[in-house]
Amino acid sequence: MNRRGLRKAKNGAFLLLSLLATMTGLACLAAILWTLLSHGVAGMSWHLFTQMTPPPGGQGGLLNALYGSAVMTLLGILIGSPIGVLAGTYLAEYGRNSRLSSVIRFINDVLLSAPSIIIGLFIYEIVVVRMGHFSAIAGALALAVLAIPVTLRTTEDMLNLVPMGMKDSSAALGAYPWRTTLSVLYPAARSGIVTGLLLAIARISGETAPLLFTALNNQFWSTDLNAPMANLPVVIFQFALSPYKDWQDLAWAGALIITVSILVLSISARVILALLQSDRGA
Amino acid sequence: MAIIDPRHAAKQLIYERIFRLATLSAAILVLLILGGVAVSLVRGAWPAIAHFGFSFVTREIWNPVTDEYGALAPIYGTVVTSLIAMLLAVPAAFGIALFLTELCPPLLKRPIGVAVELLAAVPSIIFGIWGLFVLAPVLQRYVQPWLILHVGSLPLVGQLFKGPPFGIGILTAGVVLAIMVLPFIAATMRDVFDTVPPMLKESGYGLGATTWEVMWHVVVPHSRVGMVGGIMLGLGRALGETMAVTFVIGNAHRISGSLLAPGTTISSSIANEFTEAVGDLYTSSLIALGLLLFLITFTVIAAAQAMLRRLERRGGSVA
Repeated sequence: MNRRGLRKAKNGAFLLLSLLATMTGLACLAAILWTLLSHGVAGMSWHLFTQMTPPPGGQGGLLNALYGSAVMTLLGILIGSPIGVLAGTYLAEYGRNSRLSSVIRFINDVLLSAPSIIIGLFIYEIVVVRMGHFSAIAGALALAVLAIPVTLRTTEDMLNLVPMGMKDSSAALGAYPWRTTLSVLYPAARSGIVTGLLLAIARISGETAPLLFTALNNQFWSTDLNAPMANLPVVIFQFALSPYKDWQDLAWAGALIITVSILVLSISARVILALLQSDRGA
Repeated sequence: MAIIDPRHAAKQLIYERIFRLATLSAAILVLLILGGVAVSLVRGAWPAIAHFGFSFVTREIWNPVTDEYGALAPIYGTVVTSLIAMLLAVPAAFGIALFLTELCPPLLKRPIGVAVELLAAVPSIIFGIWGLFVLAPVLQRYVQPWLILHVGSLPLVGQLFKGPPFGIGILTAGVVLAIMVLPFIAATMRDVFDTVPPMLKESGYGLGATTWEVMWHVVVPHSRVGMVGGIMLGLGRALGETMAVTFVIGNAHRISGSLLAPGTTISSSIANEFTEAVGDLYTSSLIALGLLLFLITFTVIAAAQAMLRRLERRGGSVA
């Protein structure tokens, strides 16, 4: 074979490998979704949403776990996202080029990819040890710490997208930066910030490791924030590793519910962002 | 003509100070969180550090009955599973990024890109349950016997593939981790490749280079820093990943030469044992493991961020 043929063959081989790599990646996603659907749909019934987690061998659902997950995720977002949004505002508006801001940006990016189990240990040390027992509020705080970096990052990025002219016009009318931020910048960046919130909810609602030793688990219905609370990820963890068939079925059903809700959240976040970008392009 | 009411102006100034202070304190809280993590881990780990000293990281023993703990087995498991994950995920991620930037028909570019990102959004516990019930049996039945038969008889490398095919173990954990970090690395690499100025690539094509040659001789050298940054970001995730590993690693506190044997990692030890740990030294040893993990991942992630940042600045000056 001549040199040109060799080069072409090499090119073809690598491009084929790259195609294979992409197909493997997509196949993994498909395989996971297929497994969840085939195992999870069998366990789908109204009992899931009306009954508590059962003892082994008993019949039951996931109501307490679903409730606990919803409450702790909501609390986590309510505590975490205002901090993230305010800090993002500081980075984008007040301290855009300051040294402090670049340090905070760096630390935030580190927190964004820090292992969530470390955050769990942190909250265990400062909340659970102090209070002397596991509690839903500790779980919510752990989730809040995980939500802060996500919302901070998106808020800063979205505020930076707002055209300078809008800010200048507001300043020219004599508005202080706080007025400009609240009345001009936040409305202009609203859908971007909402996207950040959705991404943060998607991120924390599937987290298991930080809840293991903060919220723990609870076999019964509990609305007491000061007591251990059931939650979907930890229930899945416990039930999937159990030897009981009905517990495993519940784990699969829970896994399907959690994955579908997170995928729906991520896709809607992406759709909002895409609409936003096409708006700006027009 | 409007006259500015001095009382109104004074009030505005107060609001301004309050708002500024609120944003500043939120920003500083981010620093405090990281500082708080470090301080609370050191404090929690102190009894173990004081008791075992440096030998904590060099000993393999992990015995709750005699209250003796060493971190060597979890450290080994963490490092080896992450290495396996990187060996598998980096070439595949490179392939996906190459496909998305150079080969993919424009119509499919977005859907495939989104699908890869969705794989990144799947919670880790789902990877764990899938790995345990689907992947592990497949590896046990088809892949591991093949490895034992064909690779296990080779000198040197063979040592890594000895013993019975358990299904769960270090290798399986590495494969699950590879699938988990694949989308992160692929997405970063794609973004980095996209920053290569089209003119450079066109020049390569203009000289008659093939797609692969443009990739290897133009795009890769241009994106080296960003690629390494993305790989290290993936490594940071693999090192700290907890739930997916906990399902499939087998939880054995020992170092066996074979990759097919069960092992443990830092994070899976903590996840498995923390709530059952009785005694201060046991709990403290687990927190000391957490401190080690924090130090390792912090170093890796910080280095990755520093690299990506350098690239951003350079990209900014080019554009």
